[in-house]
Amino acid sequence: MEATGIGATEPAGGPPRRLQAPGRRYGEKAIQGLLAACGILSVVTTTAIVISLIGPTIGFFEVVPVGDFLFGTEWTPQFEPPSFGVLGIVAGTLNVTLWGMLFASPIGLGSAIYLSEYARPRVRKTIKPVLEILAGIPTVAIGFFAASFILPEIIQPLWPGEFLGGAVGKPFMALAGGLGIGLMIVPIIASISEDAMSAVPNGLREGAYAMGATKMKVATRVVFPAALSGIVASIVLATSRAVGETMIVLLAAGSTPNFTLNPVEAVQTMTAYIGVTATGDIGTGTLDYKSVFAVGTVLFVLTLAMNLVSISLVRKYREVYE
Amino acid sequence: MTQDESRTGTGREAREAAAERAAIAVRPDEFHHSEAGSGAREKVFELKGIDVRYSGVAAVKGISMDIHRKDVTALIGPSGCGKSTLLRCLNRMNDLIPNAEVQGELLYHGEDLYGPTVDPVQVRKLIGMVFQKPNPFPKSIYDNVAFGPRILGRKDDLDATVEHALRGAALWEEVKDRLEDNAFGLSGGQQQRLCIARCIAVEPDVILMDEPCSALDPISTGKIEDLMIALKDEFSIVIVTHNMQQAARVSDRTAFLMVELDADEQNRWGRLVEYDDTEKIFTNPADQRTEDYVSGKVG
Repeated sequence: MEATGIGATEPAGGPPRRLQAPGRRYGEKAIQGLLAACGILSVVTTTAIVISLIGPTIGFFEVVPVGDFLFGTEWTPQFEPPSFGVLGIVAGTLNVTLWGMLFASPIGLGSAIYLSEYARPRVRKTIKPVLEILAGIPTVAIGFFAASFILPEIIQPLWPGEFLGGAVGKPFMALAGGLGIGLMIVPIIASISEDAMSAVPNGLREGAYAMGATKMKVATRVVFPAALSGIVASIVLATSRAVGETMIVLLAAGSTPNFTLNPVEAVQTMTAYIGVTATGDIGTGTLDYKSVFAVGTVLFVLTLAMNLVSISLVRKYREVYE
Repeated sequence: MTQDESRTGTGREAREAAAERAAIAVRPDEFHHSEAGSGAREKVFELKGIDVRYSGVAAVKGISMDIHRKDVTALIGPSGCGKSTLLRCLNRMNDLIPNAEVQGELLYHGEDLYGPTVDPVQVRKLIGMVFQKPNPFPKSIYDNVAFGPRILGRKDDLDATVEHALRGAALWEEVKDRLEDNAFGLSGGQQQRLCIARCIAVEPDVILMDEPCSALDPISTGKIEDLMIALKDEFSIVIVTHNMQQAARVSDRTAFLMVELDADEQNRWGRLVEYDDTEKIFTNPADQRTEDYVSGKVG
């Protein structure tokens, strides 16, 4: 060993003093490349989906005028001549989403406020995982539950007589699909909103308590407004999940295009149309085939817009306490 | 302002009267509504053998002391001696911590603060608190100060209440032209004075301050200290501080707490060592441990 300067005081046989790396560290580079590939994959997928949508959609609009498609309310692709007014199935999506959100928002926010502000730690530790299990239930199971239990055992017995046409004898209805979707998104709203409320610094709560605020005032006047953008983000995310949901609406809301917001009518949503049509025997390149892509584009643009709103809200939320 | 407020004989006379009993830290005599300056001074708090436990583990033990009306009372001592814990007993903030329990007798104007019919929310309307880290709400300056009156349903003449509170906290001149701006745009010292204004706006009887200057620069600290001295004309103030000079500058009475260990040094808790007039604590303390602490030999 080199016996100069401080090195001389080192114990004999100590590690050699070297500034160069012992090798090229290929492992490190390989892992870096692998991780980068994982990150890029989602970008590639999104781009590929957009590209695959564009071709057939353009082909579709060569046959059907854009104005007829976007503003028509009759969705009857099987009729002769067919009518492709997308509002007929956009209305189905809105119908189902509306009831789902009306059901899920108060329950989701209520559980979030309860978990964040009222529940003792032990209760929170029990309920939150259960909520997350609910989020993990396959949507086909929720759809079947909605069609075979919620519709006949809850909606039909409780529906007030002939109101809006009456609920008895209907095998499918928008409300059943909406409630099924509501069950699916309650955990999304509850979990994200609870995170947003828990992230509100405890100092704010203490400040309010120290002025003689009750728990309710602290929750509604301090925590809720402070967490508002996170809460809104959870609702937007839940809405875009509701809009995109297929299986629940297919099983519980039916496949009848219907330009209505009446909750006891059977409706067809955009996703249900795509699901039904794409699983049937349609020939590649036919108008029906292309219409699936056109509807897919509408759905993509709608959910993309909502996700962008959601992301920007989450960003805004992050800035509040920085 | 409470109705039993006396308008005579505060200040110097009262301090002299208090000085006569200076050596006695704990007075076991009964509470009575005495006029300040006419002998015994009016007590805001009487602590008799207060123990506080978190999940069964003691944080402070056997604290007995009287806190007088319109005094600034300082709690000093090394870290972990339970100063903040003790302060938080006084407005039942400890209730918010699960598994915290307070034993012993704590009288507020003669009434048991932990009595079965006492509502902690009512307690905190009368006994406000300012925290270590300024904690304004992410709302406008105006809405911060108006928060308390609004939630308590005192909405008459809110503008006047807000102005009065901001003037009281010596902040009005600095913010009167930007009341609608977000409170987070204020400096740390201004934020802390805003929190004091927010507290004053509820018109409490007592203000508790938990190391209110520890996050502030010396100039802001000086302003808040001046403010405390001005505020004691109207409020009784109890302040926890790490800063002995601060206690010496602003307080009338000082309590020195210390950490006590059990025989095998497994458990530690706070114990009141000495409680006396501030001047005596800092110039001629009765207990050697107080002397060592205030002279900087330990802690």
